[in-house]
Amino acid sequence: MMIAASNREKTRRDWGDRLVILIPALWLTVFFLIPCLIVLKISLSQTTIAQPPYVPVLDLGAGWPGIKDFIAGLSFDNYKVLGSDWLYLTSYLRSLVIAGLSTFILLLIGYPIAYGIARAPRQLQAVLVMAVFLPFLTAFLIRIYAWINILQREGLLNDALIALGIVREPVVWLATDAAIVLGIVYSYLPFMVLPLYATLEKMDESLLEAAADLGAPRWKAFWLVTVPLSASGIIAGALLCFIPIAGEFVIPDLLGGSDALMIGQTLWTEFFQNKDWPVASAVAIALLVILLAPILIYQHLQMRALEIADA
Amino acid sequence: MRKASLFNVMSVALGLAFLYLPIAILVIYSFNASRLVTIWGGWSTRWYVALWHDQGMLDAAWTSLRIAALSATAASVLGTLAAVVLVRAGRFCGRTMFSGLVYAPLVMPEVIIGLALLLLFVALDLDRGFWTVAIAHTTLTLSFVTVVVQSRLLTFDRSLEEAAMDLGCPPLKTFLTITLPLIFPAIAAGWMLAFTLSFDDLVIASFSTGPGATTLPMRIYSEVRLGVKPEINAICTIMIAVVAVGVVAATLASKRGARTL
Repeated sequence: MMIAASNREKTRRDWGDRLVILIPALWLTVFFLIPCLIVLKISLSQTTIAQPPYVPVLDLGAGWPGIKDFIAGLSFDNYKVLGSDWLYLTSYLRSLVIAGLSTFILLLIGYPIAYGIARAPRQLQAVLVMAVFLPFLTAFLIRIYAWINILQREGLLNDALIALGIVREPVVWLATDAAIVLGIVYSYLPFMVLPLYATLEKMDESLLEAAADLGAPRWKAFWLVTVPLSASGIIAGALLCFIPIAGEFVIPDLLGGSDALMIGQTLWTEFFQNKDWPVASAVAIALLVILLAPILIYQHLQMRALEIADA
Repeated sequence: MRKASLFNVMSVALGLAFLYLPIAILVIYSFNASRLVTIWGGWSTRWYVALWHDQGMLDAAWTSLRIAALSATAASVLGTLAAVVLVRAGRFCGRTMFSGLVYAPLVMPEVIIGLALLLLFVALDLDRGFWTVAIAHTTLTLSFVTVVVQSRLLTFDRSLEEAAMDLGCPPLKTFLTITLPLIFPAIAAGWMLAFTLSFDDLVIASFSTGPGATTLPMRIYSEVRLGVKPEINAICTIMIAVVAVGVVAATLASKRGARTL
C-alpha cells in the first residue's frame, strides 16, 4: 500500500518535472525555432506580387504531392543575388569591420573601468556596478537621440569647439562612420564592463603581489597575470558586443549617413521599402551563418559557467 | 586594505561621465524655453505642456505601457521556469538544444528575430497588432529573466528545500512556499529588466506590429528622423525619470526585504 502510494507520488512528480521543461520549451520552439526555420524556407522561395509575396507556400493539405511541389519550387536564386551584387557584399563587410572596430574600442575603454570598479572599496562596488548598468535601463533610442543633440551641425560639440577656439567652422559629425562607432561604444559599454568586472572581481590579488615580489614591473605583471586570468571575461564581453552590433539597425540609421549601409539596414530596406521578403530572408540567413561561430562560442561559455557554478 | 590608485579612480570617473553626460544634457535642454535646441532661452516647462496635448504620443505611451506590463509578466513566468530547468533538471534529453533556445535571443540581432516572428505571424494568418507585439516581446525578454533568476538559483542554499522535503512537504508546495519567496527578488529584478526592454524596443515592435498599435519608441523614432524637437527631449526626460524612480524603489525594497529576512 505504502509502496503503491509512493510510486504514484513519483510518477506525479515526473509529470510535474516534464511540464516545467515542456512549457518554456514549447514557447521557444513555437515563437523562436519555427520562425527561424520559416525564414530559411522563405529565403529559398521566389518573390511574387501576391499576399504573402512569395512562392511556393507549403500546402500540407495536399499531402505528399504538395510537399513534392514545395521542394521542387525551392531555389537558391536569392543567395545568388546576394553573392553577385556588391551592395550586399559591401554591407556585410562594413558591418563586420564596424563591429570589430567598435568591440576593440569597447575593450580598450571598458577594461580600465571594470578594473577600477573591481579595485574600489567593497561597499562602493555595488553602487558603481549599478551606475554602469542604469543607462542600459533608460531607453536605447533616447541615448542615441541624446547624441544627435550633441553632434548635429549647430550642436553642443561644435559650439564648445568654436568657443574654445579649436575650430573656426562647424565640423560635420553626424552622418559619419565616427558617429556610428561613437554611438555603438556609448550604447554597448555596460555589456563590456559587466562581464569584465565579474571576472576581475574574483581575481586573487596575492598573485599580483607575488609577481611584484619576484621583481616584475607593474605593466608586466598586468600583462602576464591580470589579462590572461580575465580572458574569459574578455571573450564573453567581446562576443556579447560583437554579435548584436553586427546586426545593428537603429544606431547606423540615426547617426550614420545614407550612402553606405550596415547589413541590418539593408535587411530593413529590403523588407519595408522594396517589400522583397525572400531576399530579406536570405540576408538574415546569411548574417546568421556568419555569426553562427561566435554565437556557438558564446553559448558554450554560458553552459560552462553554469557547470562551474554548479560544481 | 585596498588602495585606489589615481589611474583607477580616473578611469571609473571618466567612464561614468561619458555614460551620464549626454543624458544630463538631454534632461537640461528639455526645460529650454527656446524652440532652437542649442540656444538657451531660459527655464520653461512649455514642452511638457505641449506633450500633454499630443494625443498621438499619449496613445503610443499607453500602448507601450500595456505591452510592456503584459510581456514582462509572461516572460517572468516562462523565464523562471526555464531557469529552474537549466539549474535543477540536471541532464535530460535535449538539454543542449534547450539551453541553445534560451540563450540565443540574448545575442541574436534584433532584425533577425523581428523578421522571423513577423513571417510566423503571417504564416499563421494572425491579425498583427497589440497581441503579436506582446508575444514577440515575451520571447525576446524571457531569456533575460532566465539569466537573472538562474544566477540567484545557483547561489541558493538548497538545504532549506531539502529540509522541507524531508519533513514530507510535496515538491510543488516546497517550490511555492520555500523556493519562490527566496528567489522572488531576482524574479522582480527580471520583471523590471523585461519591462524596460519591451518599453524600449523599436526594431522587433516595428516588424511584429500592425495598423492600430503604434508603440512609443516607434512614434519617437518617426519624429526623430525628421530632426531634433524639444518635445522629444521632454518625453525622453519623463521616461528617464520613470526608470530612475523604479530602480531606486526596487533597490530600497530589496534592501528592506534583505533586512527582514
